[in-house]
Amino acid sequence: MAPILDIKGLYKNYGSTEILKDINVAIEPGDFLVLVGPSGCGKSTLLNCIAGLEPITGGSLSIGGQDMSNVSPKDRDIAMVFQSYALYPTMTVAKNITFGMKVRGVDQAEQDAKLERVAEQLQIKPLLNRRPSQLSGGQRQRVAMGRALVRDPKLFLFDEPLSNLDAKLRVEMRTEIKALHQNLGATMVYVTHDQIEAMTLATKIVVMKGGVIQQIGTPSEIYNRPANMFVADFMGSPAMNLIPAKATANGNGSVIEITGADGTPITLKDTGTSGLPNDVIIGVRPEDIAEAGQRSGESLQQAECRIDIVEPAGADTFVVTHLGGKAVTARLHAETTAKAGQPQMLSFDLSKVSYFVPATGERLN
Amino acid sequence: MTDAAFTNTPARTQGKAVTVALRWLLYVLLIAFALFYLAPLFVMVTTSLKSLEEIRTGDLIALPREVTFDAWATAWSGACTGIQCEGVRPYFWNSVLIAVPAVLISTLIGAINGYVVAQWQFRGANVFFALLLFGCFIPFQVVLLPMARMLGLMGIAGTIPGLIFVHVVYGLGFTTLFFRNYYVSIPSELVKAAKVDGAGFFRIFWSIFLPLSLPIIVVTVIWQFTQIWNDFLFGVSFSQAGTQPVTVALNNIVNSTTGVKEYNVDMAAAIIAALPTLIVYVIAGKYFIRGLTAGSVKG
Amino acid sequence: MQFLERNLPKIMLAPSFLAVLIFVYGFIAWTGWVSLTRSRLLPRYDIEGFIQYERLFDSPRWDTAFGNLFLFGALFIGISMILGLVLAIFLDQNIRAEGAIRTIYLYPMALSMIVTGTAWKWILNPGLGLEAMVRRWGFEDFRFDWLVNSDMAIYTIVLAAIWQSSGFVMALFLAGLRSVDGEIIKAAQIDGIPTWRIYSAIIIPSMAPIFLSAFIVLAHLAIKSFDLVIALTGGGPGFATDLPATYMFSMAFSRGDIGQAASSAMVMMGVVFAIVVPYLYSELRAKND
Repeated sequence: MAPILDIKGLYKNYGSTEILKDINVAIEPGDFLVLVGPSGCGKSTLLNCIAGLEPITGGSLSIGGQDMSNVSPKDRDIAMVFQSYALYPTMTVAKNITFGMKVRGVDQAEQDAKLERVAEQLQIKPLLNRRPSQLSGGQRQRVAMGRALVRDPKLFLFDEPLSNLDAKLRVEMRTEIKALHQNLGATMVYVTHDQIEAMTLATKIVVMKGGVIQQIGTPSEIYNRPANMFVADFMGSPAMNLIPAKATANGNGSVIEITGADGTPITLKDTGTSGLPNDVIIGVRPEDIAEAGQRSGESLQQAECRIDIVEPAGADTFVVTHLGGKAVTARLHAETTAKAGQPQMLSFDLSKVSYFVPATGERLN
Repeated sequence: MTDAAFTNTPARTQGKAVTVALRWLLYVLLIAFALFYLAPLFVMVTTSLKSLEEIRTGDLIALPREVTFDAWATAWSGACTGIQCEGVRPYFWNSVLIAVPAVLISTLIGAINGYVVAQWQFRGANVFFALLLFGCFIPFQVVLLPMARMLGLMGIAGTIPGLIFVHVVYGLGFTTLFFRNYYVSIPSELVKAAKVDGAGFFRIFWSIFLPLSLPIIVVTVIWQFTQIWNDFLFGVSFSQAGTQPVTVALNNIVNSTTGVKEYNVDMAAAIIAALPTLIVYVIAGKYFIRGLTAGSVKG
Repeated sequence: MQFLERNLPKIMLAPSFLAVLIFVYGFIAWTGWVSLTRSRLLPRYDIEGFIQYERLFDSPRWDTAFGNLFLFGALFIGISMILGLVLAIFLDQNIRAEGAIRTIYLYPMALSMIVTGTAWKWILNPGLGLEAMVRRWGFEDFRFDWLVNSDMAIYTIVLAAIWQSSGFVMALFLAGLRSVDGEIIKAAQIDGIPTWRIYSAIIIPSMAPIFLSAFIVLAHLAIKSFDLVIALTGGGPGFATDLPATYMFSMAFSRGDIGQAASSAMVMMGVVFAIVVPYLYSELRAKND
């Protein structure tokens, strides 16, 4: 299938500052693409470039097979939901939703029918005659979605649409957006700085930093095989533990040596990875560290670590120890017996670790 | 808010009497100042209602023994502004004819300029704004001579359209400033959303920004009206006998040296000249103050 | 079509841009140019250097006018600021009928300076005004003839100008007082800091930008002051109350000395420049940050 959105070698400069560098992304119809990264990484600028709200400096951008690099937003067949919702303050909800059709000269009967359908779909019928100022945050969010849905575009663009909602509502709306995506089969591009939103919604994630794409992949690829230390650290909460270590070859595998909390070295055997340089950073997700004896398997390696902090969090208990001079978090069972200040046998799942080059942060395995 | 510091502090029971005394003093002072500000208006009104005879024999601040509106009638339609003796009436209408179009045009242009500068940022827009802003502060004396020649070249010297033109040109700075500062607080996402919806420059202005602008339109109109109505410098520089605004006529009446000095007529004429802006102030004081503070606080 | 669509904002701004360029900057340049010529009744365009400025600063009338500007400016700005601040603080004490009092203090700002001048001219005239009134009350020796006394007349202009503008300064300061973070004040009250200290140590220092704005506005009013002098004293007695603005006007329109008018206007411009440019520069820079 032809990609519905195809960005090739896109550059964006403001004066002499490069905001976006060599962006290459393509998505298929039905994809849910999430652009994620810390603030200032260029993700919103990229979305504005896709929308045509910002001209691009170099490269090409096509939507539905047509080159759109110099086409104005109204002719790109897109709809957009904004962070502040950008509802027209002096218009009623109904007028907000139909404004685009009115501008385009769609006839009244069709406008009414579409408004009816969208209002039904989003359950905002009772709100149609209100003004944005009379709506709650969640209701405004729905209206903003309605304004996009009514257009039935090739591409939906979302610019951090949930960041102004409170935590509970955000989770609800996230689920709704996901359901909407599945029901409509629509293609969406979604910008967020929230990695949980990215993980839960996306079929494809683009992680960005400093205007450069760090990694493109499915949520599981991004989570399990981060391309570099930035992605490893950014995606997942608590973040992946990144521990300086020494590696030596050992048959088909490697021996990893880490400095423990009290200075005594800990050695772990990785039977699956070979060819590591001497200095590495080993990346372990908190859930890949468990209490010894809880799980079994060949790849599990045990070590005694002194526990510094215990943080019960309901379903799990997080414990913090120190390895390689870094605080290392492990996600243990809620019923763990680990106590602060006491040593505890922990098992590390070596089949799931990532290795990075300390100097560049690039992934090794 | 500061009262709390006076009264809420415990162990100051004896301070209570001091506090009460201080508050009395405060009110006395406030009222004294109110009298200072009101006195000239009071004197103007009472003087305008007295006969010349009573003015000569009575007190400045005394109420008129016999109220007469003769001075008002003379001021309106009989007082001499030099050789002509038609009162301020024709000049009052001149001022209306100058102020109304000048206010409307400068407000409209200011609204569009402010909309562009605030929401359609392009390179150079800020330079334009800075140039314009500085234009607000120049002493107009520096443009009087070339403007007099320019009006001559344009064939509108000494005419009402000429004065309208001058007021529009030199009012643009403030009107643009007002609208720009108002529109800059409107999230730029609104324009983006409207662009995605397919609306263009004018459609967005007309359908989205203009309906939001009532408060700033009121502020701007009041500001411009006050400025233009009260203007003297442009009026005296660029008008001729039949096109003078009311401020110029008032000054001519007061300073005309022919005949007996009719103070009551002077005062009545002054009140007539002041009345439109005073009425605006009383009706829409809130917006008037907002304009003053907006025009100066955020330059 | 694409071109039009993309450049519409610029096109809409272009006429105003041109107008500002010509009618503000072009005209300033014209005046500047003419101030360097021997222009008299008609403008001439061959540059002769600074003769007009030499003539200007040799002229005793300009001397008075320029000196008056600083005397008048200093008194007007200083007293208006102090009075405005004091009134604002007074009004900030949970005053009953604050709205009405504020309205009374501020209304002179709505008046034309010609009206203000006319009113004060009547009140201050020695024959029938304040002086006559007090004398009639029995103080036969009372003298208050500032209006016709060449040494004192300039102070009547100061008085009328303060009457007109101090309410405005009050409104500016009151807005400033009200915009100070309430939590800081509460914290100070809990610390037991007396009210006057809260004002002098916390609130007033935090209003520095408002002092600056008020100063700029008042300075600007002072330099442009023209109407008030014309209406109140006509520049007299003699030339005692001339200001640069009236000097310029009389050179331009009654003396027919364009060179002098242009050079005096440029000096006024220079004074404004010296005050306003640093202010605007800092304002714009703050905005761009």
